[in-house]
Amino acid sequence: MDFPELIAFLRSLWVVWFMALFIGIVAWAMWPSRRRRLEEHGQIPLRDDR
Amino acid sequence: MSAIAAVDGPGVPALTEVRVRPAFEPVEDVVRAFVVATMFWGIAAFMVGVVIALQLAFPILNLDLEWTTFGRLRPLHTSAAIFAFGGSALLGTSIHVVQRTCRARLFGGDLMGWFIFWGYQLFIVLAATGYLMGITQSKEYAEPEWYVDLWLTIVWVVYLVAFLGTIMRREEPHIYVANWFYLAFIVTIAMLHIVNNLAMPVSLFGSKSYILFAGVQDAMIQWWYGHNAVGFFLTAGFLGMMYYFIPKQADRPVYSYRLSIVHFWSLIFLYIWAGPHHLHYTALPDWTQTLGMTFSVMLWMPSWGGMINGLMTLSGAWDKLRTDPALRFSVTAVAFYGMSTFEGPVMSIKPVNALSHYTDWTIGHVHSGALGWVAFIVFGAVYYLVPVLWKRPALWSTRLVSWHFWIATIGIVLYITAMWVSGIMQGLMWRAYDELGFLQYAFVETVAAMHPFYLIRALGGVCFLLGGLIMVYNLWMTTRMPVEAGVPAGQPAR
Repeated sequence: MDFPELIAFLRSLWVVWFMALFIGIVAWAMWPSRRRRLEEHGQIPLRDDR
Repeated sequence: MSAIAAVDGPGVPALTEVRVRPAFEPVEDVVRAFVVATMFWGIAAFMVGVVIALQLAFPILNLDLEWTTFGRLRPLHTSAAIFAFGGSALLGTSIHVVQRTCRARLFGGDLMGWFIFWGYQLFIVLAATGYLMGITQSKEYAEPEWYVDLWLTIVWVVYLVAFLGTIMRREEPHIYVANWFYLAFIVTIAMLHIVNNLAMPVSLFGSKSYILFAGVQDAMIQWWYGHNAVGFFLTAGFLGMMYYFIPKQADRPVYSYRLSIVHFWSLIFLYIWAGPHHLHYTALPDWTQTLGMTFSVMLWMPSWGGMINGLMTLSGAWDKLRTDPALRFSVTAVAFYGMSTFEGPVMSIKPVNALSHYTDWTIGHVHSGALGWVAFIVFGAVYYLVPVLWKRPALWSTRLVSWHFWIATIGIVLYITAMWVSGIMQGLMWRAYDELGFLQYAFVETVAAMHPFYLIRALGGVCFLLGGLIMVYNLWMTTRMPVEAGVPAGQPAR
C-alpha cells in the first residue's frame, strides 16, 4: 500500500476519527479535575453588570 | 461590580479605584436599533402569516393580483419571520452579549455596528420587495436573487469581522459558551449561504440567474443549506441567546457549564449531516437518505442535553416563574425547543416521513419551533433587554407580559394541534385505496376536509399577532417611563 492509498484508506474512516475526536472532547469536558474551573465560567454573564 | 479586575497586568498602571461602570463603553445604540427592528419585523411577519393563513381558507383573499397571491406572500412571511425578525434579534443580541461577556467594545465601534444594522435592513427590504415582484430563485429560505445574495455576503463578512474582532480583544480570558453558539451560527451561515447561492447571472443588469448545480445535486445542496439554516440559524444562534439570557433572568449560572460544552460540540458534529431527511423517497441515493435519517435521530442527544441544561438552570429558583412572566417566556421556549426537536427526528424516520412529508404536519412542526422556541426565546430576551438598554427600572406592566404569554401560548397550541390533525388526515387520505386498488380521494377532497383546521390555524395566528401587539405597546410605554425612577443612584437597574 503506497502513501496515496494509505491516505485514501484513512480518509474512508472519517466517521471513526470524528467519533474519537468527539469522545476526546467529552472526556476533556467531563474530566473530574476540571469540574471546578469549568463550572466557574458559568459565572461570566452574572459578573458583567455595569 | 469589579468589572476592571481582569484588566490589570504587568506594565499596566494599577486601576485601584472602584468603578461601577465596566472599563469599556459598549456599543448600545445599534443594539437598541436591532431591538426596535426585531419588534417591527416580528409584527410584519405575524401579520403576513395571518393573511396567508386566511388565503388558504378563503382563496378569494388572493385578490386576483399577482403581487398578493399566496405564492409570493408565503416567502415574504417565512423570510420576515426567520431573517428579519429572528435575524434582527440574533444580530442585536449577539452584539450585546459578545461585548458584555468579553468585556470589550464592539470591534469597529459604532461605525461598523451601524453598517451591519443598515446593511442587514437593506438586505431584508431588497429581498422582500423582490418576492412581491416575482423575483426569486425558487430555493426555499434562499429565495433572494444573486444581487441580494452578494450584498448579504458583504454585510455578513463585516458582521463576522466585528464579532471575531470583539472576541479577540476580550478582557475576559475565557470565551463564554453563548459566544461559541453565536460564532457557530455566523460562520456556518456564511458557508451555507455562499455555497447554496453559487449562481451565474444572465446579465449584469437583470435579476435572473441560474444556479451552478443541477438535478439531485442541486436538491441536496439546497437541503444541506435548508436544514442547516434550521440548525445553525434557528437553533445554534438562539441557543446562544438561551445561554446568556436565562442565567441573567434567573440570576443563576447555567445548570452545568460542562454540559453546555458537550451540548455545543454534539450539535456541531451532528447537525450538518441531517439535511438529506428533506429528500426521502426522491432521486437521492438511498444510503444518503439513511445517513440523514440516522444523524437526525442522533440529534436527540444535543437537543435534550440542551433542554435539560436550560430548564435546570432554574432549579432552586422555580418560584421566579410565578413572579417574572418574562422568564416564563424563556423557559417555555426551552420546553418547546425540547418538544419540537423531539418531533423533528421522529418525522425524519423514513416510514413516518412517508406519512408526514408534504403535509401540514411539517408546517405544524416548523411553527412549534418558530413560534414556541424562536419567538418565545426572543420575547424573553427582549423583555429583559429593553429595561437594561433604555435604563428603565422595570417593564411598564408585568401584567401585560402575562397576558401576552397566555394569549400567545393559546395561539401556538391552536396552531400546532390544528396542523397535526389536518396534516395526518391529509397524509392518510392521500394514501387511502379503495377495494379495487384505486386512490380513494381526489386531491380536492383533502383540501375541503382541511378547511376547518385552516380556520383554527388562522385563529391561532391571530392570537399570536395580538400578543405581539400587546408586547409592542408594553415596551413602548416602558421606554416612555422616567429613567431609573425609584432606583437609588449607583444601583443597577434590574
